[in-house]
Amino acid sequence: MERTGYKSPAAERLDTTRLDATFAALADSTRRAILARLASGEASVTELAAPFEMSQPAISKHLKVLEAAGLIVRDRDAQRRPSRLDATRLAEACQWLADYRQFWESSFKQLDALLGELKSKKKKGKKHKHKKH
Amino acid sequence: MIYPDSFKMSTPSDREIQVTRVFDAPRALVFEAFTKPELVKRWLLGPPGWTMPICEIDLKVGGVYRYLWHNDSDGREMGLSGVFREIVSPKLLVATENPTWHASEALDTTTFVEEGSATRMTITVLYESTEVRDIALKSGMDRGMAMSYDRVEELLSSLLAA
Repeated sequence: MERTGYKSPAAERLDTTRLDATFAALADSTRRAILARLASGEASVTELAAPFEMSQPAISKHLKVLEAAGLIVRDRDAQRRPSRLDATRLAEACQWLADYRQFWESSFKQLDALLGELKSKKKKGKKHKHKKH
Repeated sequence: MIYPDSFKMSTPSDREIQVTRVFDAPRALVFEAFTKPELVKRWLLGPPGWTMPICEIDLKVGGVYRYLWHNDSDGREMGLSGVFREIVSPKLLVATENPTWHASEALDTTTFVEEGSATRMTITVLYESTEVRDIALKSGMDRGMAMSYDRVEELLSSLLAA
């Protein structure tokens, strides 16, 4: 997801397909929990299955979805086949979502301040009216 | 009291993006802050550095709103406009959304629900298609209000909190 420069329609389409895969992968709470677990270090299927009370084949299915979305990589050679986050890919794929969140969170903080100001103005206004009567 | 932790961002379907937040103010006041231009231009600003030189709101069904943001440091601009489809003060706003950076239309539904003395605001943006949603958001944010995340853990925790 380049942030500058010309992008061909084909490249744009690729990006979109990838984003779709990312969304599908992130739509499931077990998969989000797996990612959160992997954020603290690589883990094997056995290690991942334990906290979820799920069968290893079920966990393997989730890992396949995450792998297809490019969010994790799995070591092919080692016997444990540990999974780990693909940091670059994850950052790329999720950047805009983070930007969108950033836009709203920043705006809402400013709205908190504005509402506080409006509320205290209204209170003062009421007190003022009271005094007049 | 403020409620920053009440912020949630989700994708209820593959054509929608939803943002919700609780504000410590009566519903009528929150509704005003969303519909009076002199108030909107004071908070709908995103990260530091952006101002809103144009903020016009004709609050009636069929009325048009126009927003233009300007980045003071590098001169970048982005605009958004649309037409109100439904207004139920102070509970509901339905309006179309056309960004200047992409030829797409979305339908925004904003609800305001009382939670005790506070107000929960929820915006649901419905795009024409999954593809339009992804391209519109991505290109808009790429060109516009991007903030960089240097650390992936930070990005991930923010994402997972959503």
